Amino acid sequence: MPSLKDLKNRIASVKSTRKITKAMQMVSAAKLRRAQEAAEASRPYTERFNAVLGGLAKAAAGSEAAPVLLRGTGSDNVHLLVVMTAERGLCGGFNSTIVRLARQHIQKLQSEGKTVKVLTVGKKGREQLRRDYGGLLVGHVDLSEIKTVGYANAQAIAADILNRFDAGEFDVATIFFNRFENVVTQVPTAQQIIPAKFDAVTTDSADASLVYDYEPSEEGVLATLLPSGVATAIFSALLENGASEQGARMSAMDNATRNAGEMIDKLTIEFNRSRQAVITNELIEIISGAEAL
Amino acid sequence: MADKMQFDLVSPERRLASVEATAVQIPGSDGDFTAMANHAPVIATLRPGIVTVQGAGTDAKFVVTGGFAEVTPAGTTVLAERALPAGEVTQEVIDEFVASAVAARDNATPEMLDQLTKQVGDIALVASELGLQARQ
Repeated sequence: MPSLKDLKNRIASVKSTRKITKAMQMVSAAKLRRAQEAAEASRPYTERFNAVLGGLAKAAAGSEAAPVLLRGTGSDNVHLLVVMTAERGLCGGFNSTIVRLARQHIQKLQSEGKTVKVLTVGKKGREQLRRDYGGLLVGHVDLSEIKTVGYANAQAIAADILNRFDAGEFDVATIFFNRFENVVTQVPTAQQIIPAKFDAVTTDSADASLVYDYEPSEEGVLATLLPSGVATAIFSALLENGASEQGARMSAMDNATRNAGEMIDKLTIEFNRSRQAVITNELIEIISGAEAL
Repeated sequence: MADKMQFDLVSPERRLASVEATAVQIPGSDGDFTAMANHAPVIATLRPGIVTVQGAGTDAKFVVTGGFAEVTPAGTTVLAERALPAGEVTQEVIDEFVASAVAARDNATPEMLDQLTKQVGDIALVASELGLQARQ
């Protein structure tokens, strides 16, 4: 049975924890709004870009002359997994879900006898993967100094990946990130970026009837756009990740605040009970003392 | 009064313009061209340069560093990797553009060298048009 003083201390400590989690929740809520706005602002670009590139890629697919970024190297023995996580913890299952998905992929690929290389973006994923797959890590991108992710950051990551691709370090690249569904739901997603894959491109009927002229040439445009396509895919993944991280942290901190509240209630009841017990004890002692006289 | 068309200028980070325009001058990588309403559909890559939008009233100028333009009879969309209203381009911005273009050129593979050297020149042209200097 903890003493009254112990209980008082615990209540005070849980109360200050609740203050911290409450503050973190509110900070995340503000950051989430900003992250969502950034994701919203990038949407017109990515949608248009993917529509144009998808149309081009469909036309060029299958032809021998297709750029190597679209066609692939012809083999799929070496896989590069780009695992994007947060730089900070305390955001619920956000980092673990990405890492779990990446782990499943690594195990599956390794059981098929493929070589796996891992590039991590964000400190948390690196820490979790280093334990089991330290030997597979080929690089790390640190974003901890960067407050708001810009297109330039995505370009730098893309340039790094493309350099490795040109050097023949891997055949297939896949990015792992959390897609932002809503504040409580984030979906860990794997997306193949090299060779570029386009889902059934949703071109509206007006677009499909147009026959474009290409300057300098269809192949030339495609060759210029595919590297930017990698950067664009990474950029939107980074933005989705940013919004997901804040959403995950917000709901995690909301839960923590609620749990702290429940704990305070429980501790307060226990505190009141023991105080009452002490008073009753004292009274009994006084009464029995008086009766003995 | 000439016909109008929809003009959009978007970069990955924001939408810079979405206006009605009569004509848009676009710095294509094979040369400048002007898109007007009912232009034949074209997709063209861009070189660093200035996009000029002629709409109702004054012209608006934007500096772009690359990307592509999609021209359809109904409108023109410019998707630029980096785009800024010309008024926001300062000497520091030009310096940064030059630095990144020079860095890209110096790391270039031989077959890309010509193209990247041209980019450095293009940026210098943009700078002089805006009355700024391209220091290397």
